[in-house]
Amino acid sequence: MIFSFISPMFPGHQTPLSPVGPQARHIEHNLLLIFSITSIVYVIVIAVLAYGVVRNHAREGFVPHTLVEDPEIERKATWIVGAALGLTIILLLVMMVSSFYTSHSTAVLAQAQAIKIDVYGHQWWWEVEYPINEQPYRMVRTANEIHVPVGAVVTIHATSRDVIHSFWAPNIHGKKDLLPGYENDLTIQVDQPGTWRGQCAEFCGLQHAHMAFDIVAQSREDFDRWYEQQLSPAPEPASSQAIHGREVFLTHACVMCHTIRGTTAGATVGPDLTHLASRSMIAAGTLKNTRGNLAGWISNAQSIKPGVRMPPNPMPSSDLNDLLAYLETLR
Amino acid sequence: MAEELTRGRQTLDVSMLPNVTFADRSLTWWGTMGMMAIEAGVFALVIAAYFYLHSRSQDWPPGVLPPDLTWGTVNTFIFILSVIPTEWYRRRAHKGDLGAVRLGLVIATFVGMANLGVRYLELRHLNCDWSQTAYGSAVWFLMGLHITHLLTDWVETIVLTVLFYSPHIEGKRFVDAEENASYWYFVVLTWIPIYLVLYWAPRWLRS
Amino acid sequence: MSEQRAALIEQTISTAEEAERARNLERIWAEPKGFIGWFKAVHHTTIGKRYMVTAFAFFLAGGLLAGAMRLQLAFPESHLMSPDLYNQIFTMHGSIMMFLFAVPMMFEALAVYFVPLMVGTRNIAFPRLNAFSYYLFLFGGLMLFAFFFVNSGPDRGWFAYVPLSGPDYGAGKRADIWAQLITFTEVSALAVAVEVIVTVFKLRAPGMSLNRIPIFVWGQVVVAFMVIFAMPGVVVSSTMLLLDRTASTQFFNPAVGGDVLLFQHLFWWFGHPEVYIIFLPGTAIVSTIVATFSRRHVFGYMALVLSLIATGFVAFGLWVHHMFATGIPQMSEAFFTAASMMIAIPAGAQIFCWLATIVTGKPVLKTPMWWVLGFFFVFIIGGMTGIFVASVPVDLQVHDTYFVVAHFHYVLIGGAVFPLFGAFAYWFPKITGRMLSERIGMWSFWLFTIGFNITFFPMHILGLRGMPRRVYTYPADAGWTVLNQIQSCGYLLLFAGVSLFLWNVWTSLRRGEAAPPNPWQAGGLEWATDSPPRAYNFLNLPTVNGSEALWDALPDQPVISGLHEDVREIVTTRIHDAEPDGRDELPEPSIWPFIAAVVTTALFIGSIFRPIAVSIGAIPLAIALIGWFWPTREESERRRRRDIWQKS
Ligand code: HEA
Ligand code: HEA
Ligand code: HEC
Ligand code: CUA
Ligand SMILES: [Cu+2]
Repeated sequence: MIFSFISPMFPGHQTPLSPVGPQARHIEHNLLLIFSITSIVYVIVIAVLAYGVVRNHAREGFVPHTLVEDPEIERKATWIVGAALGLTIILLLVMMVSSFYTSHSTAVLAQAQAIKIDVYGHQWWWEVEYPINEQPYRMVRTANEIHVPVGAVVTIHATSRDVIHSFWAPNIHGKKDLLPGYENDLTIQVDQPGTWRGQCAEFCGLQHAHMAFDIVAQSREDFDRWYEQQLSPAPEPASSQAIHGREVFLTHACVMCHTIRGTTAGATVGPDLTHLASRSMIAAGTLKNTRGNLAGWISNAQSIKPGVRMPPNPMPSSDLNDLLAYLETLR
Repeated sequence: MAEELTRGRQTLDVSMLPNVTFADRSLTWWGTMGMMAIEAGVFALVIAAYFYLHSRSQDWPPGVLPPDLTWGTVNTFIFILSVIPTEWYRRRAHKGDLGAVRLGLVIATFVGMANLGVRYLELRHLNCDWSQTAYGSAVWFLMGLHITHLLTDWVETIVLTVLFYSPHIEGKRFVDAEENASYWYFVVLTWIPIYLVLYWAPRWLRS
Repeated sequence: MSEQRAALIEQTISTAEEAERARNLERIWAEPKGFIGWFKAVHHTTIGKRYMVTAFAFFLAGGLLAGAMRLQLAFPESHLMSPDLYNQIFTMHGSIMMFLFAVPMMFEALAVYFVPLMVGTRNIAFPRLNAFSYYLFLFGGLMLFAFFFVNSGPDRGWFAYVPLSGPDYGAGKRADIWAQLITFTEVSALAVAVEVIVTVFKLRAPGMSLNRIPIFVWGQVVVAFMVIFAMPGVVVSSTMLLLDRTASTQFFNPAVGGDVLLFQHLFWWFGHPEVYIIFLPGTAIVSTIVATFSRRHVFGYMALVLSLIATGFVAFGLWVHHMFATGIPQMSEAFFTAASMMIAIPAGAQIFCWLATIVTGKPVLKTPMWWVLGFFFVFIIGGMTGIFVASVPVDLQVHDTYFVVAHFHYVLIGGAVFPLFGAFAYWFPKITGRMLSERIGMWSFWLFTIGFNITFFPMHILGLRGMPRRVYTYPADAGWTVLNQIQSCGYLLLFAGVSLFLWNVWTSLRRGEAAPPNPWQAGGLEWATDSPPRAYNFLNLPTVNGSEALWDALPDQPVISGLHEDVREIVTTRIHDAEPDGRDELPEPSIWPFIAAVVTTALFIGSIFRPIAVSIGAIPLAIALIGWFWPTREESERRRRRDIWQKS
């Protein structure tokens, strides 16, 4: 009953109360159980308090007091307090068992045939690697956008390249920290096609606020198609504009930080741009991937995401236009 | 007289209670106990951190030899033997035996000096550097903490010795002497686990 | 009739001899006068008041910073503040509130001022240490603000996790300043902890056996023990951090065997008990006010004392519940969930005992009592959300979101600030000798309570809608805007409530009704002396016959005689039964603690820039300490003449 009442208050693509996977669903149930129990106890406690104050309170200042308590009343009160305490213990046990059970059920997904995805946290973006069949030549590298097949079990294998981050897509599962020197696994499953937003949950410096990602759940076929496409190197640019754009890219600082497979750009400081145009957002969920946003980002990322690890790139607007034309070919 | 002062009320006369009290009857002793509890907590957590770091690493000590045993062991013996003169002057302090306490404090000063001298040799045989590995950092941190205590106690002992040769002798000074002895015991007692951790743990934990 | 009894302990001066003695004691115990005298003061009421004023000023500053955050968060994608400034502000807010306001106020200030009065003695044990600890606290706070104003405020959150705060990612001196702020405050809290324990162990009025110690004092003793066992955690973690940053040690560097979680374990070993260090004095205040205003002894004295002690113990078994998302083994998750939920048992026991007191008593609704009612209303919500986050699966969802921010403001403000305002209303007459205005008091209570809930209740919903904490801004389409704006409006009410409180204090200090010694007809010993208390606290040191000394006094309750009154002499008693055990002489005012604190401050700040400063600074520090303890010749001679040695 409470479920149908509460959940609609939390629509959205970044909330634990609209679950789209078994784990988030188990957790929601656990949460609502605790919510119900504690609310009821709260109401009772406040009611007793109100009763005591309203019924007994002295109406004219300090009443003369006896300061000697009636042993009969004291004994009765002792019983009631004892009973309340007993009930508290029982309720706590209920909530504890429910929590253990939930922890257990979120951990039982079959890990064996899971799709394994490596996620690396960076200040302030997510590097994503698919070693699905663990052959290096079939490895896909992308950023800030994780595609998964609907209904498949996926293990996110997570660590950090710098400071601590935390991977959290609340509609799907709770969070898991990305710690330098540790490797943490988070096994998830998404039951509903769609795009679910996640965000870094551990304070990680200046742009912790702009470190989001999307989980795109799609049918098996769509996923496979996407995967094959991501495997291919960047297409050869066709228009002269785009060809010049590639020239611009390769002769500017871009190559010192970015990879575009199929070109000589192979640095790993920033996101892999080989299939940049296939992503819906740039800069870790900060901006929609539009031409205008890209232009602004490339000319001066600092004004959009102050502190970001990408310097401003002043260039003549014709160069910028060509560069954008090139980047748009990176589907 | 007391009665007059309190308007004929019933009074509890405390004028004959002692004002030179030792051990758990003195405020200073409790204060020292509090400080020792705090410092013991610090030692315990640093030792816990040492083992935590060990649990997170493959080889221990990582790529270096454990500290050489000689000087650490010598120092441990000095620490243990120092208990004899310390206990002696602590007991004499209760009796107000000025000569004994003076002598005891002088001995304690020299013992502290010996400890510090040997400690210097120990530092030269730790076989690790604090800036190379977390192991090294932990070793030096533990050592540094203990040296700090050793040094403070030593300075305190010297000051107290001077006081005992000054015209300020009174009951409170004997209480201070007792405190000085308790604090020394603390320095000795904390050294023993630290010695085991620094010198023996790497030998036992080496697989 | 019991008023008459109480009058026997109450310290009225009516005869000529008494006036003479009072003058004498006044001369011996008075604080030194003049500008220099201010720095020599050692009486616990003086130092306690300074702690209160200073910590409260820090609260106001922290509250103003909160206003800045609320302004920034009132609009999505706001560019009002740079992320750099926002990060400094929320870090300053959290650190100030926890280290410079909550702990110093709830523990140091209240304990220093009230514990010696409540146990019936004339000063705290180790008064010079007490003065020293205050100056360190003050200087630590001033240093923090000084660096903040030159744009070097810490910006890594109030727990400054590594590696973000470590040498590789925390450029500048900001993280060092945070670490040294910790050092300042921990030294002062530790000093007070020792003083409080020794005061309560050895300086209780004869007759105040363990089962007659006022609950407030019990609370502060438990807290003092918690300080002693918890603080080493943060001593060690912040020192390691400082060493990693300035002396290139490698504690937290995974590349060479260091470990980032080590910091978290050490920090929360302290950080979790700290929240109960803040909360238990709050409960101790509630017990006191509930008893006085329900006109009866508090129900379940034993249960309350045991709850305090149990909370103190269990608090050390919970630290990992702040680290559930780090991926620790399931077994230990289960353990820490169980422990976290179990702490609700002593909390519940206390709540139920207070309810029983109120229901079986005759509650008088004055402002202190209203603040306590507000405490119930607010704190229990926070306690309940504590149960949410104690559950691992739920915590994995709400950890590091505004849900947790809501939880901890409900418990911190509900569990500490509400009782604290109650305590101000309750003890203001005692401290200042003036009554506060009831009318303005009620206004500020309601404004604060309503404003509080408007500010913080929506945070639960925000958290469940996915808003992480510590974000300087958020997207416009996230569905978080309206709730944030409601919260920011609530802040205005909070601001009005606090301002009215200040106004109340200001006007009452100048024109308030004069306070009698015991305006609430309460039972504690602090009410058995003038308001404000005299320089020597009590004309005659009292003896005690029950947990509410004044209510339980015998018709012929004795007082103590036979102390030397030409020096600062007090009586010491035995730990368990408080039988008289000896006499001791407390030190005179002195400038040395101040000098030592100045030197220590220079040493701490210097070490941020050059580690060698520790060694150099040690020399003047040693000199200051020798000056501090060096006796004068007259003192020694006088004492030598009078010494009575214990029979061994
Ligand atoms: C005054 C301070 C205070 C107090 C008293 C508490 C009390 C409790 N806290 Fe809270 N807590 C904080 C201050 C405090 N906390 C702070 C500052 C943080 C965040 C730090 C940061 O990250 O910045 C935090 C964070 C925090 C976390 C980590 C959350 C996270 O980061 O993800 C957890 C997890 O278990 C937790 C649990 C609890 C529990 C179980 C209690 C319990 O003690 C509550 C017990 C009380 C009650 C339950 C109410 C009364 C009881 C009854 C009426 C009986 C009946 C009850 C039942 C049947 C349930 N707290
Ligand atoms: C006891 C502790 C305490 C107290 C009392 C408060 C009080 C308040 N807190 Fe704070 N808070 C923390 C402890 C506390 N907080 C901690 C530990 C954090 C975590 C930090 C971190 O993440 O590292 C935090 C974080 C925190 C955040 C989250 C920041 C983020 O994650 O990005 C927010 C956001 O709204 C907030 C708001 C407030 C508000 C509005 C108040 C209000 O209640 C304040 C009310 C006070 C006033 C309104 C003052 C009024 C001032 C005057 C009247 C001044 C008059 C002026 C002169 C006389 C000169 N706090
Ligand atoms: C010094 C390193 C550096 C240089 C030089 C650099 N970048 Fe970047 N770039 C980054 C980093 C780091 C990010 C990720 C920033 C973030 O989201 O926090 C990034 C992100 C981007 C993105 C968004 C990618 C995505 O999927 O979110 C684009 C597009 C981009 N860079 C293009 C360029 C171009 C074009 C140039 C040259 C004109 C360039 N970069 C130069 C480091 C660099
Ligand atoms: Cu990454 Cu926050
Ligand atoms: Cu906690």
